[in-house]
Amino acid sequence: MRCAVLVFPGSNCDHDLYKAANSVEGMEAEYIWYTHDTLEGFDAVLVPGGFSYGDALRAGALAARAPVHKALQCAAASGIRILGICNGFQILTECGLLPGALHRNSGLRFVCDSVSLEVSNTETCFTTGYAGKTDLPIQLPIAHGEGNYTCDPETLQKLEENGQIVFRYSGSNPNGSLADIAGITNETGNVLGMMPHPERAMSAWMGSADGRIIFESLRQ
Amino acid sequence: MNSTEPDSNQIYHGQVYRQMGLSDDEYKLVVELLGRRPNLTETGIFGVMWSEHCSYKNSKPLLSRFPVDGPEVLQGPGEGAGVVDIGDGYAVVFKVESHNHPSAIEPYQGAATGVGGILRDIFSMGARPIAVLNSLRFGPLSSGNSDSSKSNVSRTRYLFGHVVAGIAGYGNCIGVPTVGGEVCFDECYSGNPLVNAMGVGILRHEQLQHGRAEGIGKSVIYVGAATGRDGIHGATFASEELNQNSDAKRPAVQVGDPFMGKLLIEACLEVYESGAIYSVQDMGAAGLTCSSTEMSDKGGVGMELNLNLVPQRAEKMSAYEIMLSESQERMLFVANPGREEDIFAICKKWDVPAVTVGHLIEEPVLRLKHHSETVAELPLKTVCGATPIYQREAKMPQEVIERQQQSAISWEVPEDLNSVFEQLIQTPQLASKSWIYQQYDFMVRTNTAVCPGSDAAVVRVEGTDKALAMSIDGNSRYVFLDPRTGGKIAVAEAARNVVCSGARPLAITDGLNFGNPEKPEIFWQLEQAVSGMAEACNILKLPVTGGNVSLYNETEGEAIYPTPVVGAVGLIENNVHTTTQYFKNSGDVLLLLGETKNELGGSAYQQMQLGNICGLPPELDLNTEQTLQQTLLEIIRSGIVNSAHDLSQGGLALVLLTSCTENYGIAVDLKSKLRPDVVLFSESQSRVLLSVAPENVELIDVVMQKKGVPCFQIGKVLSAETSAASGTPEVGSFEISLNNNPVIQADLQSLRNLWQNAIGREMEHSL
Repeated sequence: MRCAVLVFPGSNCDHDLYKAANSVEGMEAEYIWYTHDTLEGFDAVLVPGGFSYGDALRAGALAARAPVHKALQCAAASGIRILGICNGFQILTECGLLPGALHRNSGLRFVCDSVSLEVSNTETCFTTGYAGKTDLPIQLPIAHGEGNYTCDPETLQKLEENGQIVFRYSGSNPNGSLADIAGITNETGNVLGMMPHPERAMSAWMGSADGRIIFESLRQ
Repeated sequence: MNSTEPDSNQIYHGQVYRQMGLSDDEYKLVVELLGRRPNLTETGIFGVMWSEHCSYKNSKPLLSRFPVDGPEVLQGPGEGAGVVDIGDGYAVVFKVESHNHPSAIEPYQGAATGVGGILRDIFSMGARPIAVLNSLRFGPLSSGNSDSSKSNVSRTRYLFGHVVAGIAGYGNCIGVPTVGGEVCFDECYSGNPLVNAMGVGILRHEQLQHGRAEGIGKSVIYVGAATGRDGIHGATFASEELNQNSDAKRPAVQVGDPFMGKLLIEACLEVYESGAIYSVQDMGAAGLTCSSTEMSDKGGVGMELNLNLVPQRAEKMSAYEIMLSESQERMLFVANPGREEDIFAICKKWDVPAVTVGHLIEEPVLRLKHHSETVAELPLKTVCGATPIYQREAKMPQEVIERQQQSAISWEVPEDLNSVFEQLIQTPQLASKSWIYQQYDFMVRTNTAVCPGSDAAVVRVEGTDKALAMSIDGNSRYVFLDPRTGGKIAVAEAARNVVCSGARPLAITDGLNFGNPEKPEIFWQLEQAVSGMAEACNILKLPVTGGNVSLYNETEGEAIYPTPVVGAVGLIENNVHTTTQYFKNSGDVLLLLGETKNELGGSAYQQMQLGNICGLPPELDLNTEQTLQQTLLEIIRSGIVNSAHDLSQGGLALVLLTSCTENYGIAVDLKSKLRPDVVLFSESQSRVLLSVAPENVELIDVVMQKKGVPCFQIGKVLSAETSAASGTPEVGSFEISLNNNPVIQADLQSLRNLWQNAIGREMEHSL
């Protein structure tokens, strides 16, 4: 499986995502510079975390309008799997591939920690590997200042009904997000945005290997 | 020349040079060296280059006492940062830098640019930055019972909150993990907080860059953000005492742009890789002045710059402003002949401005052209090589002797040690620092193997089985009571932290934060502390590969505690040796290495009981320390140690608590003739707490006996869950007795909650 790791000016988890994807058997990651106008030939697109364009205007706002965004829209429409993590999630909401928006954390501070998550839908192409997992909730790191997910009540209802809410914070909510949302998909289920960092939880020495399952599910 | 600027005669008659940090004698020397009176730009250049920050004119004679060489040292002091070989063709680059005065005036930007500055030092050496750490000092976070200090406390909270936010804002955005640090709160830092940042990077040997400009005719290329009017004369400001007028110096504080910083790192690393440059230096303190003069002086050439070509973000900047600006995120390259376009192409890809601003010349001078006129021409040996070096007078103050003679323990044993312990673990000094480090991204780049909170942070070296342990430490209370011993302890403790993580300490970087060295009492502190540090470095075989000196840390004439901080980096030969301070298994045996003595002078417990400190700090025998560290490393590497934790502030009781996790508590029984509070809270040196499997106890005991390291079996690790499930009262989960009498019996989770959230509560508590 060929994965594109998008690189915007200011992306800083691109390297981590590249390493993580390449460490999964059968996955091959390549960096794709933000000026590319096509994503043809890739089976998945990974949108990394960081501070694209230094968070100028709003987190993700400028990256969502960078030259590569047209190719990203095409890829999404054609059913290619797209995973946006942290700033990648913010970019996906900013370019309209995912509903809602990410506000400043309710505590008004950046939060770096490991959090417990409930996998609310194990039937998406990103989460099938969690289906048989008994050791729950899963543990993934977070590191963000703007992860407070919000949307209007109708959208929330749709998200709930369609099973688009994939991850929820379990126990305590670190950023005040609506309905404890940590990650959602689009309606067709091929685009996932999440605040937690699965690429930071790839083996036991990192504190958790629960993130690897997302990459393994994606590969299927 | 700008018509509003004073000319050379006005500078002389109006003593304008004083505002630029030159004394009357220094100005006289400049005139003598030049054979004429310097103009404003030239005076400004001498002002910054002869400041303590750039020239070490007050500290140089002392710094020469440090050992700087070692078989693994590839680059000692003198370049952007020290470089030490770690094998397999890799080397580690690291250094500490202070940003105290800017942070006192504008805490967010002061701290942010402190991080930016140290990172540029690291990647100017050719290294990819892999971690930052910080060492912070502030006034108290609460006013206690006194009303008068409320405004100070509110200011301190503002400074503390914004310094942490500034470090986070810069480090998180630039994508370098902030993996560790330390912080202390004490009245002496109320007016003059300290912000020291340490950067660590990795390179392959062949990637090492240098800052020597060599080769007449080579292009000098300016890379990075445009020059503005921010930070003018920052280095001079950093070398003065703070006073009521310091707020007016806010324009001397630089403004950071971590986004540009990130682009600059990537562009520079790519340019280095292309082989297009000959040498590089970052524009840090004293900006374009320092980089241009130091690079050409090191290479024995001259440099001619056309200031009209320097990218500028403000209109009508004068030569003086361009040369003295400390705008951030800028580098100076000397290009290899014919490779200029390659440099421009890479910089363009990263959207980083790059422009040729001058070239190297034979005559060893710095020549500046502005609007087609020569606006400065200075022989480099006067700017860089003729700085007066001062041998200041040192005098031991009488009050130090008196303070040392006071008894360190003048109170009765408290009846309720449980509540004393609860109170102690909530002092910001000893409380968990999670409120701080959770604001820092400590995991980005996914090499962080041990996160903040343990003795040292551990960061893996990608592409190898190795890792680096790093720690920054310095207990200024000990230094205040006895600078020599305090200096020794600072080095020993930083090294011990690293050893506890399974690493062999390689070298250290030092940040010397002191008051005004022109005062004999202050200079005595500096001299004593440096001597103590040097002695420790010699015995522990730790070269000092670079560092920073920050003097004049005084407010209204009151100096801070003498505060040397030591950054240590150690090599973990194989990742499997990585050890943390946390208990791992129920039933593991607790071993205390080292002797506990009647030593409360300068301790956190004494500070809490008395509201100040007195007596002598703990003793430190460097040979004992060395044996402890070597033996400990040996047994850690043999794989029989499950956790190791250095004993420092707060003593044994705190170390026991901070080794517990939500899953593991302790039952400890101590044997001692000392007072119970001394046994619990003494800060005796050269001690480490281990947890080991029962079957390994005997082996370790034998090894320790052979090496002469005292080793006491003091108790065992309990599973916090089983004690609750089996119906035994939960108070049993953290239990310490002395000679079979209970001294602390507490519920582990409530202790942990008190400890974990104390700083957050303090920050939210109304005044």
